[in-house]
Amino acid sequence: MDSKRIKLTGPGIPVRGNDIDTDRIIPARFLKTITFDGLGEHAFEDDRLGDKAAGKVHPFDNPAYADARILIVNKNFGCGSSREHAPQAIARFGKGIVAILGESFAEIFYGNCQSLGVPCPTLDAASIEELMSLVEADPKLELTVDLEKQEVKAGSRTFSFSMPDGPKRAFIEGTWDPTFELLSAKEQIQKTAASLPYMNGFTTAP
Amino acid sequence: MGKSLYEKVFERHAVRKLPSGQYQLFMGLHLIHEVTSPQAFSMLDDRKLSVLYPDRTFATVDHIIPTTSQLRPYADSTAEQMMAFLEKNTKKHGIRLFSPEKQEQGIVHVVGPERGLTQPGMTICCGDSHTSTHGAFGALAFGIGTSQVRDVLATQTLTMDKLKVRRIEVNGKLGPGVYAKDVILYIIQKLGVQGGVGYAYEYAGDVIRNMTMEERMTVCNMSIEGGARCGYVEPDQVTFDYLKGREYAPKGEAFERAVADWASLASDPDAHYDDVVRFDAADIEPVVTWGITPGQSTGVSGEIPKAEDFREDERQTVLEAYKYMSFSPGQKIKGTKIDVAFIGSCTNGRLSDIAEVVRLLEGKNLHVKEGVRAFVVPGSHEVKRQALALGYDKVLTNAGFEFREPGCSMCLAMNPDKLKGRELSASTSNRNFKGRQGSPDGRTLLMSPAMVAAAAIRGEVADAREVFGQA
Ligand code: SF4
Repeated sequence: MDSKRIKLTGPGIPVRGNDIDTDRIIPARFLKTITFDGLGEHAFEDDRLGDKAAGKVHPFDNPAYADARILIVNKNFGCGSSREHAPQAIARFGKGIVAILGESFAEIFYGNCQSLGVPCPTLDAASIEELMSLVEADPKLELTVDLEKQEVKAGSRTFSFSMPDGPKRAFIEGTWDPTFELLSAKEQIQKTAASLPYMNGFTTAP
Repeated sequence: MGKSLYEKVFERHAVRKLPSGQYQLFMGLHLIHEVTSPQAFSMLDDRKLSVLYPDRTFATVDHIIPTTSQLRPYADSTAEQMMAFLEKNTKKHGIRLFSPEKQEQGIVHVVGPERGLTQPGMTICCGDSHTSTHGAFGALAFGIGTSQVRDVLATQTLTMDKLKVRRIEVNGKLGPGVYAKDVILYIIQKLGVQGGVGYAYEYAGDVIRNMTMEERMTVCNMSIEGGARCGYVEPDQVTFDYLKGREYAPKGEAFERAVADWASLASDPDAHYDDVVRFDAADIEPVVTWGITPGQSTGVSGEIPKAEDFREDERQTVLEAYKYMSFSPGQKIKGTKIDVAFIGSCTNGRLSDIAEVVRLLEGKNLHVKEGVRAFVVPGSHEVKRQALALGYDKVLTNAGFEFREPGCSMCLAMNPDKLKGRELSASTSNRNFKGRQGSPDGRTLLMSPAMVAAAAIRGEVADAREVFGQA
């Protein structure tokens, strides 16, 4: 896949609730693995089991959302652990989640999504509510997340979102995978390292 | 205008400003463990990259290790596979592994400090959110994701935004039976679990100054539960004394030079802060969480708060918490029956935590309530060795606690230590999220080691000051 992330399209899937933490996104018992493969099917597993027991259907179990590509969430999504298993599980769900729209995200989760190439635009509470309702009414509805225009299109409705310039440019230019960019400054890295007191027996003057 | 420690350390480590506006930051110390490193090593192999500074990375095993017997191969074959993968990768890349065979291993955030790896003025990262613990030494310490672990292995650097800095002062004197754990739970209760988003927390004030290093680590450990990206305490004589003579601390004259450098990193008196908050130690009593986020807590004499007492956007989670925990507003937290008592984790699994419990139990002929499973899991082999040398294990086992092998254990239950069904656990760990302790319906109340010990003895949430007689 081309690394540029400019326009992301596909049906949505809403998961309602604030403060959904990483242990709920992927319960800790699924972290015992040396690869990320197969995590997608366990995303939200305990919430799904809980809903089932209560006679409800979690969106991730609802066949209507089987083709979903864009997850819609509320506030402080992904709080808790820094483990990348949570965004990896979401990105690997079904056909693959390519963007997450939310009111707000926990910081580490947001950063982890960025380094996987999954943009997480933030929208105000009213827009999120409307988007969730639109998708619930019509799970087939195609959403388009446009990073250049900073807007989400859902049928006839358009919502604008915000995203800090840094991550936005990285997605648009396809430079969100940072390893090679970081490594390109090898000389500067070595220079910085050599100047650090603890790297030279504290011989550099404080 | 002066600079905060955050700014000083950040500037030293900034390799360059990236086109995105973020910074490339050099990492002085990289800690890895078995859960978040395997995929990173595989990604490195895929890209045919090597480890740039293998001597700046140290490995240990903590999450999956059993706490009953640590003989290989582990009964759990996935755990064994993860361990073997870590051994293979560290060997291949020339990375030092604190091995279980040599009884060197322990929780990554306990091992780093006790070996003297964690030092003031460093940038530290680890693929684990509680890396914030190392901030206790005046380091900037960040939890990172697996792709970032890959980046640090390959480049020893990370992409970072500059954070805002909030100074949190706790002034006055803590009452008897009020501990570092209560201080941080109180701070999170007041500032909220999202209160720290976008911030580095600088902990200050007499209470923090008067804390030992281990207590400061308990405070910094839970910065992440308060939403902060990292938390730190400015280094001082307590820090320097702690480090002196430790395995990886500078030796001889270099130590003197190091102290001069470290001392210069404290925040300037006229440093700029984006926010300053002050708390009074006298307002803090032993804290117990009642909900499903670490911010949902009350003083031990208090009751489960009403939903109306919360901001509107928090109420949904509060309602969810009542339901999950089977609590109703107005109910006293004291007297809540518990099934399990867990003392351990990177928050409270250090020698001083165990020592305090032993001090409270000693000579009182108290015993764990029948039907309660109570166990103490040291944070590392070093902690275990010292505890054994001091005879702590005897006091604990005589009182009905199990004394286990070191590891993360029931903090997140990736090893065989798990809650069953709806069991309720009094725990010294840092997270009370749904299902955190190994059972999808298991329930967790976070508190200090003394409070967990009290709960174990009474079989219900109790005020440790009453159980042990004004601690
Ligand atoms: S003790 Fe708990 S919080 Fe600490 S590193 Fe282990 S699992 Fe994470």
